[in-house]
Amino acid sequence: MDQGSAAGTGGTFISLSDTEQRCYSGLYALCQPDSSGKLAAGKVAELFRASQLPAETLHQVTEVCGAKRLGYFGCGQFYVALKLMAAAQVGLPVRLESVAGELPLPVFVGIMNELEMRYPNHPSTNESQPHILGSLTGSAPRPPADRPVLRHPDTSMDKQEAWSPPRSPGISPPRSPSAYRSYPYGAQRNGTDTLLAHDGNVPGRLSVPQENSSPSHYSLKLQSEHPVITCVASVERLVERAEIDYSDEPWRITEEQREYYTNQFRSLQPDLNALIMGTVAKNFFTKSKLPIPELSHIWELSDVDKDGALTFPEFCTAFHLIVARKNGYPLPETLPATLRPGFVEPGVVTVPPSEATEPLIVFDDKMMPGANQLEMGSVDLQMTSRPGVTAKQDTRDESRKPEFSPKRIPDPHEKPIQRVSTLKPDSPQELDANMKSRTRPRSYSSTSIDDAMKKVEEPPTPPPRPQKTHSRASSLDLNKLFQQSGQGSRPSQHSLSAKSGWLPPPPALPPRPPATQIFSFLPGSEKSSQKAVQQPNFADFSKFREEDSTLRHQGHAPQKPVRRKLHPESESATPPSATPYSAATLTKSTQRPPPKQKREIQMAIRKNRETNAVLTRLNSELQQQLKVVHRERVTLESQLELLRPVAST
Amino acid sequence: MAVCIAVIAKENCPLYIRSVPTQGELKFHYTVHTSLDVVEEKISGVGKALADQRELYLGLLYPTEDYKVYGYVTNSKVKFVIVVDSSNTSLRDNEIRSMFRKLHNSFTDVMCNPFYNPGDPIQSKAFDSIVSTMMVQAC
Repeated sequence: MDQGSAAGTGGTFISLSDTEQRCYSGLYALCQPDSSGKLAAGKVAELFRASQLPAETLHQVTEVCGAKRLGYFGCGQFYVALKLMAAAQVGLPVRLESVAGELPLPVFVGIMNELEMRYPNHPSTNESQPHILGSLTGSAPRPPADRPVLRHPDTSMDKQEAWSPPRSPGISPPRSPSAYRSYPYGAQRNGTDTLLAHDGNVPGRLSVPQENSSPSHYSLKLQSEHPVITCVASVERLVERAEIDYSDEPWRITEEQREYYTNQFRSLQPDLNALIMGTVAKNFFTKSKLPIPELSHIWELSDVDKDGALTFPEFCTAFHLIVARKNGYPLPETLPATLRPGFVEPGVVTVPPSEATEPLIVFDDKMMPGANQLEMGSVDLQMTSRPGVTAKQDTRDESRKPEFSPKRIPDPHEKPIQRVSTLKPDSPQELDANMKSRTRPRSYSSTSIDDAMKKVEEPPTPPPRPQKTHSRASSLDLNKLFQQSGQGSRPSQHSLSAKSGWLPPPPALPPRPPATQIFSFLPGSEKSSQKAVQQPNFADFSKFREEDSTLRHQGHAPQKPVRRKLHPESESATPPSATPYSAATLTKSTQRPPPKQKREIQMAIRKNRETNAVLTRLNSELQQQLKVVHRERVTLESQLELLRPVAST
Repeated sequence: MAVCIAVIAKENCPLYIRSVPTQGELKFHYTVHTSLDVVEEKISGVGKALADQRELYLGLLYPTEDYKVYGYVTNSKVKFVIVVDSSNTSLRDNEIRSMFRKLHNSFTDVMCNPFYNPGDPIQSKAFDSIVSTMMVQAC
């Protein structure tokens, strides 16, 4: 019952009085806990029914206590559930806050003789029953990580004081740093004793989306969502306290879902590392009967590299978005972080194949719930068993990388660490992916642009290149962009090297004759005007950068000393030579300590040039007007002349 | 920044038109329509040369007293037209070119989407967001 205890009601401190303790343990025993501490579904269902609470309330109870997330009732969940039922029977809302105070024992009709009989009516709990049944059946093998947690509630039970049932991962995430959400399963469980009410509600709320997403996989429709929705409303205000991660819950892909997606991917394309072509994917997703604009939007979100085909991670993203959409989730405007291909969640576990064979989405067929509730329950189980995926809430996707499947990290405590460590490399990779997606090579036949640009702009400024890659020779704007990303003291250099780290080495630059001409023109006049001096520097820089790319392969270290050499060298007015980069570095005449200044100057030059162009245009227009006016004047004067003799004479 | 951005398909039917002061839209639609003539003129003028020698950026198509119209045509004869305010003299040619480049990029992204049928109006939110960044922010 590691899962149970872990998932449990999540860190709720519930103070149990002696009578309650006895009663609850009695009830617990009554429900036939199995060896791992999980309670028999039938017994629990019976007990819940006996409480004579409305089905909706029982649903809420199940969610709040965390059993829904887990898929079964462990000791922790059970106790909390009992408390919640007591609260509900008294009339308090089903929330963990309610259980903080003193409550009478819950009433179970016909179960415990010492409990009073209260309400004769008991609405049928068709929903809760299959849910509970479902939640208790199909127990997936729990990862060993959960086992340590199992002992926790047991030991805490011994203390006759407040104990904090381990919190299911879903609850803990909001308190933990967002990076750790789904993972610090075990870690948080032990520590989150303060997450009481909030957490209690959070599971309720979180399990809602979870329930939504998982049932959706089973094409469960809204029948079960209604009670869930009320739960959502009740925990809505607590959601604000939750960190942003919460809202992303539906965007996590659980193991089961991933397994399902994998199978679907294989049906379309046997090789997991290959791409699914656009048309193939289109036909496949069209079967989901979503409107085409939405599918189009989903495609845009998921095709990160914009290649018109889906890799496996992209496919999972798209599938997951479709699933979420089918279950009523609005499509996000941008791809949630956990759905990005660069997102890596350690501890991703492949679901046992038995679960994966169940249809998560029935595409053309029935999309209605029906008997799928049971499946939903078992899915809940599956999902709760996931160590890394914070059970219901985090049906968020994680690493889209194909290597997800082999990763199985037994120790939950490793997960947070690993997650952090993977997240860090991921963020640059994500950034990389984003940059790549934005800046993938574009093949325009735009050589003429280059020519035109060259003609238009003066030679010293390197003409903007078409988006081959973000090679440093591309427009200065890009350099500025990279520079702004905060690369350090030597922005351009680092940005260049960073860029080179991200992208393949830039192609060799086409020769720039004008630059070399400038070289030959201004060897002697380096000390003259600043602009004149700058020009060879620009040219130098372009050459320098060109050489830089070759340098880069040798490592970044050589660049620094080379660059630093520029300063002493630049003192001397050595004529620029058009030979190797070392010569190019030496040709810097003036001191350009950071390339940033050079860039600024280049920008200033461009601005000035632009202003010049504008003013020139203005000038020409004014000249024309002047001519016109002049002509008028001439005509008027001639007319005057004609008239004057008349006047004078 | 641009006042109006339009994407016109090969057959000269509009795929996407967006202007900033939305009440004066019709005027911009007319402007874009008349600018198509200029575009045709420019691309047919180089028609005898090979397609790759024709540059994609057409530059200033024609100025009016209120605004200037710039054109850009892709290899598949899809035209982008940007209308900018004349009073905004600080707009460099380079900036216009970069705007067209961005447009072209996001247009190819839209094209890559298998759910997009060429000839349909462009309804992509990503494309919209790119265009919004280029439109005049002041209003």
